[in-house]
Amino acid sequence: MEALKQELKEKIIDVLNLEDIKLEEINDNDALFGDGLGLDSIDALELIVMLDKDYGIKLVDPKEGKVIFKSIETMAAYIKENRAK
Amino acid sequence: MVENKTYIQSFCTIQNNEIILEGASIFKLEPTLFSDFSKKAYQNFEMNYPKFFKMDSLSKLAFLGAELLLKNENSESKENNTALLFANNSSSLDTDVKYQNSISDPENYFPSPAVFVYTLPNICLGEISIRHQLKSENSFFIFETFNPVFMANYAKILLNSNKAEKVLCGWVEYYDEEYKAFLYLVAKEGNLEHKIETLLTEYNK
Repeated sequence: MEALKQELKEKIIDVLNLEDIKLEEINDNDALFGDGLGLDSIDALELIVMLDKDYGIKLVDPKEGKVIFKSIETMAAYIKENRAK
Repeated sequence: MVENKTYIQSFCTIQNNEIILEGASIFKLEPTLFSDFSKKAYQNFEMNYPKFFKMDSLSKLAFLGAELLLKNENSESKENNTALLFANNSSSLDTDVKYQNSISDPENYFPSPAVFVYTLPNICLGEISIRHQLKSENSFFIFETFNPVFMANYAKILLNSNKAEKVLCGWVEYYDEEYKAFLYLVAKEGNLEHKIETLLTEYNK
């Protein structure tokens, strides 16, 4: 689980071009949207693509994203339960 | 409509890893990729706007030029009356090709929303407008080459009809690491008259 969380942090910085943010600045329970990392709606779509591409998870209901993408902790837990690759 | 004289208040050129403002080189790197050049220019001028890194190359190019010319404008003037008038040759083709590559293989079909949003050239005008809180006229045209006659006429109409107090004009061309930006701010007052010959001279430098 720790390795997955680390991997997610690296992927998020890379995929979302968060050049000004360092790996160690992202805490497992930080909010990814809003006051936390400040991601926006396009970032949310990009995370949905990332789940599909890297973990074989297709989100059919976009509303699910609100819960899944709450933090690195929630993302990692969801991926662990649902990953197809 | 009364046709008054208009003036070029400031201008800059970005090409070949160099930024030239009012004829003077203010930033230059040894040959490198545009991604590296644009990042280092952003850092050098302490622009402090993380969304810059999410932009495509065309928007980064336009954004860098606009930053240099609009940073000293007072906010009252910027908010309402600085129109944007841009043009280029390749539209958003550089990003269009990148996006096409991401959807060309049915076995590896992962279209990127973040790339898709830049598959229009006028998105760069939106980025500048957001940054400088402009709610003004904006247009992006496609021409074979820099067209100072059209640009000058259009800018003068905007100013003389009071649609805008100033017009940020720009040729921002980017395709496959080849790029050139020539931006200039036109207003009703200034020292350098807004003439086609002047535009051509400065563009060709």
